[in-house]
Amino acid sequence: MSKVNLERSEVEVRERRLGSITGFEGSAKELIDSARCGSLKDKSRSFSQCLGCSTSNAACTVILIQDAAVISHGPVGCGGCLHEFAFTYRVNGVHRGVDNPTQRRIFSTNMKEEDTIYGGSEKLFKTIYEVERRVKPKAIFIVTTCASGIIGDDVESIAEEAEDEIGIPVVAIFCEGFRSKIWTSGFDAGYHGIARKLIKKATKKQTDLVNIINFWGTDIFADWFGRLGLRANYLTPYATIDQIAHSSEAIATIQICSTLGSYLGAALEQEYDVPEIRVSPPYGIAQTDRWFRELGKIANREKEVEIFLAEERERWLPQIEELRKQLAGKTAYVTAGASHGHSLLALLKELGMNPQGAAIFHHDPIYDNGAVESDSLQNVVNDYGDIPNYNVCNKQEYELVNVLNRIRPDVLLARHGGMTLWGAKFGIPSLLIGDEHFGMGYQGIVQYGERILETIENDEFVKNLEKHAINPYTKWWLDQDPYAFLGGDTNVRTY
Amino acid sequence: MSGLIEQQRFMCAIGGMQTVVAIPRAVPILHSGPGCGTMVSGFFERATGYSGGSTAPCTNFSESEVVFGGAEKLQRLIENTYKVLDTDLQVVLTGCTSAIVGDDVGSVVSTFADEGKPIVYVETAGFKSTNYEAHSTIVNAIIDQYVDKFIDAADEKDPKLVNLFASIPYQDPFWKGNLEEYKRLLEGIGLKVNILFGPYSGGVDEWRSIPKAGFNILISPWYGTEIVTHLEAKYNQPFFQFPYIPIGGNETTRFLEDLIIFANDHGAELSMEQAKHFIKTEELAFYEEIDNLATFLLEFRYGLPSFVHILHDAGYVLGISKFLLHEVGIIPKELFITDDTPEEYQELITSLGLKISEKRAIPILFKADAGEAQEIIKKTDHRGRGLIIGSGWDKELAKDKNYDFLSAALPSPYRMILTSGYAGYKGGLRLIEDIYNKALDTYR
Repeated sequence: MSKVNLERSEVEVRERRLGSITGFEGSAKELIDSARCGSLKDKSRSFSQCLGCSTSNAACTVILIQDAAVISHGPVGCGGCLHEFAFTYRVNGVHRGVDNPTQRRIFSTNMKEEDTIYGGSEKLFKTIYEVERRVKPKAIFIVTTCASGIIGDDVESIAEEAEDEIGIPVVAIFCEGFRSKIWTSGFDAGYHGIARKLIKKATKKQTDLVNIINFWGTDIFADWFGRLGLRANYLTPYATIDQIAHSSEAIATIQICSTLGSYLGAALEQEYDVPEIRVSPPYGIAQTDRWFRELGKIANREKEVEIFLAEERERWLPQIEELRKQLAGKTAYVTAGASHGHSLLALLKELGMNPQGAAIFHHDPIYDNGAVESDSLQNVVNDYGDIPNYNVCNKQEYELVNVLNRIRPDVLLARHGGMTLWGAKFGIPSLLIGDEHFGMGYQGIVQYGERILETIENDEFVKNLEKHAINPYTKWWLDQDPYAFLGGDTNVRTY
Repeated sequence: MSGLIEQQRFMCAIGGMQTVVAIPRAVPILHSGPGCGTMVSGFFERATGYSGGSTAPCTNFSESEVVFGGAEKLQRLIENTYKVLDTDLQVVLTGCTSAIVGDDVGSVVSTFADEGKPIVYVETAGFKSTNYEAHSTIVNAIIDQYVDKFIDAADEKDPKLVNLFASIPYQDPFWKGNLEEYKRLLEGIGLKVNILFGPYSGGVDEWRSIPKAGFNILISPWYGTEIVTHLEAKYNQPFFQFPYIPIGGNETTRFLEDLIIFANDHGAELSMEQAKHFIKTEELAFYEEIDNLATFLLEFRYGLPSFVHILHDAGYVLGISKFLLHEVGIIPKELFITDDTPEEYQELITSLGLKISEKRAIPILFKADAGEAQEIIKKTDHRGRGLIIGSGWDKELAKDKNYDFLSAALPSPYRMILTSGYAGYKGGLRLIEDIYNKALDTYR
């Protein structure tokens, strides 16, 4: 059954659409098995710490579009962290061919108490018109918030009316924080708006164009694709509205992380006939080979891919062998968003390391394309074997602290701000690689391996921090089972 | 003042969670949607403290709480917070969701308070106010629901002890340094001071001594007023207000001299001799630097900033512009107050603005919508080399205008501020260092 329905203004949150969960303790294989046989159930926590917010993840898909403006419809606080994307845009532009990054245009309707009583429609209209005057953007995105959602502003109708008035796309994105415990639901909301309102039906195909759904990682695809006679169409950071509109002309869509691109990949395939590469992203040798071969098949470049892979093997395998010797048996713990976390586990296994566990922010039993072969955790387990202590934990620091205190791995790999701190406080060398492309392909295995070695070697800082670390957690808590507060089943539909 | 805002430079009410984070060993407990804590951490950056950021407990309101209420979930969260986190004070802060659905947070919290737990609750729905205002609401709630429990009628007031309300923790990126300097200055003239926030405060014990103070000091044109008026009514403590940040020799001396008079009028019995000696020593040290610097300011032939636009809160806009005009020779041009100043305070600030210079009228505009402020600056054309003192948002503008740029307001992604401050004698010198290091750094 299709998960994509562009007729509707809103996309359902992951809990309901995919049956995704945020609480689990067990092994990776147990998790996959229960997902496959339909016995996956969510668990709720009786103690919890601040989660992420769908609204910022939705904003992440639209703020970095070169020629658009973004309105947060809510109290001013709901746009609080969005300046971080302005920084990102400016700093990373150079890696993505944007040499003169322009100021990001981010607005809040600044909802006040009277607006929660009389409605915020008038304010939203005024803001849209002022943004159009001030910025002259190619499109305006509106991200909703808890307050606008609960008071029931009809943001869809307002967007449509304003769009008729000003003649550029005004895209309503429904991403109220309270709707989902899985903040990546915000990605889906953003892409839903983009797929509905911006992407145009293709009148022709560009036989060398491949969509890449990613964040703002460095442009490694230019080199790879150059050797395969392909071109990368990055979606959506650093893209233009026009480029997004023509993404339907691509011959394939790939995702650097299925947690990120699940919905847009499926929407492009189902609604715009752009086939999606359904195997896991290229992290680790097995997945890299599979992924490139699948790309070769879809893009009609099978011979070129074999030559490419042979060259890559010749160039990188000796170094990978060397790294494996140095890293053999080293223990690690991973905390990251779902699919990228799986990718990191693949890398660790490829390097001969021993992942002792993982705290992964949520679990999607299946992605929007409905294809079991896309299950990135399943692929890791099939390729490399089971992962013990696989905890699904939506950034609950107290669980992580408890686990790290027990496990004390040689290295902690994280991919989300704030999570390395506790590795360091326990004197555990901790590594966060922000660039999601860093570990891709054969070269990525070498790059990551070298960074892990460096991190383990350069431990003076964390060893010193450990001596002086401030710890607000009680001794009682550190002595408990890490999942002591992970309790009863909630009403999430089983898949 | 409730139109749209581009480039926000403050938070909504729940951003006041940083007021709690700044109290040693206190924990904010959020009864809010899942994203509020993340928005707060993202806005302030590097501001986790003892148990803010990812450590802060939160009920993470979901659809079921929106429909059925979240009081029960909050009850359980608080119970377990006591098990998991070791803290001296718990402050429950509510978000928009809780306010709209109407949870009775007060009765949940009172079940714990009645057991003697040091717990407080505050309504901080984002649509109610900004964090500039919520700061006062939170401080007053802690005073009413916590501090007041320890009041002993037999306790006499100590006329030499004062409570200081000045920088808003984290919203003022220099709060730690400024509070440290204020403490040094006030002790220098013979007072004892509760600074209440940061590592040099005495944590909750210091808060409990608030009622013993002889009077309060407010260094601010408006934010924090509700704290000192509340304390005046509650504990019969008068307050001394200095309506902007005293920076450099002139203003710090003026601040201290006015304060000494006020303190002695209220029974502090400060030794005039000791106080004057302190001021003199400080002034000497300050002007020794200015004296040394003057040659550079007057003669450096390769170009230094000659005028400045400031985009900051009212206390900084007034304080920095006075300082730069009179003690450094940089002329303030259009100035922008970005703190969403409530209308009732704007007249006072405007009148203070008129006194920055006796010679020239300096335009001061209230623009919470800093995007509009930038539009105005874009259209200006002043002679000389320009300087913008503002937030990270203004780096781009300074580049477009070919001005120097000093990041001194939030959000501040391009600058690391730990414990440096701009208040007082020492803060003035630090500000000079920062401005000219930026300017000199352009010569490669």
